[in-house]
Amino acid sequence: MATGTLSKTNGLTGWRQSRVWRRRIAVTAVYLVLVALSVSFLAPFGLMVSTSLKTEDRIFTETIEWIPNPIRWQNYAEALQSFPFLLYLRNTLFVCALVVVGTVLSSALPAYGFARLRWKGRDVLFLIMLATIMLPAQVTMLPVFVLFRTIGWTGTYLPLVVPPFFGSAFAIFLLRQFFLTIPQELSDAARIDGCSEWRIFWQIIVPLSIPALATVALFAFIGAWTDFINPLVYLTDESTYTLAVGLQTFVGRHSSEWNLLMAAATVVTLPLMVVFFFTQKLFIEGITLTGIKG
Amino acid sequence: MRERQRNLQGWLFVSPWIAGFLMFTLYPILTSLYYSFCDYRVLTPPRWVGLANYVALLTDRDYFLPSLWNTFFMMIELPLALIIGLTMALLLNHKIPGIGVFRTIYYLPSIMPVVAVAVLWLWVLNPQYGLLNAVLTPVLAPFGLQPPGWLADPSWSKPAFIMMDLWAVGGSVVIYLASLQNVPAHLYEAAEIDGAGAWHKTVNVTLPMISPVIFYNLIMGVIWTFQYFTQTFIMTQGGPQNSTLFYALYLFYNAFRDFRMGHACAMAWILFVLTLVATLVVFRTSARWVYYEGERG
Repeated sequence: MATGTLSKTNGLTGWRQSRVWRRRIAVTAVYLVLVALSVSFLAPFGLMVSTSLKTEDRIFTETIEWIPNPIRWQNYAEALQSFPFLLYLRNTLFVCALVVVGTVLSSALPAYGFARLRWKGRDVLFLIMLATIMLPAQVTMLPVFVLFRTIGWTGTYLPLVVPPFFGSAFAIFLLRQFFLTIPQELSDAARIDGCSEWRIFWQIIVPLSIPALATVALFAFIGAWTDFINPLVYLTDESTYTLAVGLQTFVGRHSSEWNLLMAAATVVTLPLMVVFFFTQKLFIEGITLTGIKG
Repeated sequence: MRERQRNLQGWLFVSPWIAGFLMFTLYPILTSLYYSFCDYRVLTPPRWVGLANYVALLTDRDYFLPSLWNTFFMMIELPLALIIGLTMALLLNHKIPGIGVFRTIYYLPSIMPVVAVAVLWLWVLNPQYGLLNAVLTPVLAPFGLQPPGWLADPSWSKPAFIMMDLWAVGGSVVIYLASLQNVPAHLYEAAEIDGAGAWHKTVNVTLPMISPVIFYNLIMGVIWTFQYFTQTFIMTQGGPQNSTLFYALYLFYNAFRDFRMGHACAMAWILFVLTLVATLVVFRTSARWVYYEGERG
């Protein structure tokens, strides 16, 4: 701070005070904007929950009633009945579990190869892999569909859960970025002791990478939970549907019963919100990791 | 011998991905190129027709060209999302109490399942009883205006989708925020010594330092727009008057509703080439506005 140079009538304290005030006003302004934005971001959620608790005759009102009166919890029971939520939840969790296991396992190994080993062709392959992240899914989707149809996999979960066991380019990239940050000396010391690469991977790298692996697992879980087009294309029997496709069929059948629709939407969203609240840190770390550095 | 062993080991570790790449990327790309020159209705074997699919698509003024135009229109969203996302990230970058709560609130919409978002916004956008028009009606009334019918109105359906997507802009806000926090503090200190105010610091330090992230988001945004599907499939099925018949939706209809695989594969390949061109254009111009640390000084 420029002390001493200020010797006007109000002096140093006055100058400091005006600075403090200016900062206070700035902070208040920031808060005001943040709160205004929050209101507009939260309003649709509020509408969803409030509509989900309304009786049929209170839905279509001139002005929006934010607090439902009377509250009708029955909507949830009804929505879950006409929409076999528990069955779809089980299906979804089954698919999610396999996708998570497949993605983590089969992405960690290639990531290790790309990050910690030197071999011929590595850099070319890595570039190709990066390029596939940008490949629109539609380009590969149709022949893959024909292929799965030919071998009789349509109508089963196999098209949803087998491909993850061949790694995901995005997950490999994320894990590679993390593996690169682990000091090379650790591997070198182990190699001198005669450790195989396989053991270095399992006993040194994997234990040190739990946060990154958890982040990949989380992204894979959310991806599988929200995936719509693949279950839509491959699942033919309604009893095998996942929540996302189940919700869509529900929309088709109850197109104007907004209270039931909102109850169903809430129920499909809630588990993900819960997961998010407990794993926020992992999210942010994962995003920072892929923060396009290096 | 050691050399060969090392190479073998590398390939071994990467082999799951290589197998996946061959089966689920390379093979499908080449096969879809072949199918795109065929009349292929899934149930009967493909029959070679040359360029017929491409000619039919590129002269199709009823569906294909409108779907392309609609998709281009949606690109308006990218600069909007960039400006709004960056502004929000800059706001969130203040170190003041409770900032984590705001970050969480802004992020929430982006982790909601797309299907649930679509259902919720069908209700928000309802012309008569929806939340949006409940807010807009009293605002517009003094001017003698009425809010639009959004998804029911061909000229407002695309803006409605853009608004809905901007609600979920939080995903990119967190990415911008992470990159803002990576900007070294000494750069700001140096700028302050030179007498730079908040605006100058943002324009001359922050933006250049995070330009690689902006660049990445822009490319992914273009690709994402071409794949826009679930929202329109659930909310409008392409209507009204094909105003929300987007590229990916029409491709899906060709493949799985009309079983015209040849057509759909030709569309996939046109999409492939378009994304490639778009990416190259962004890449080529990026030298002018993207700053990479370590590349120059």
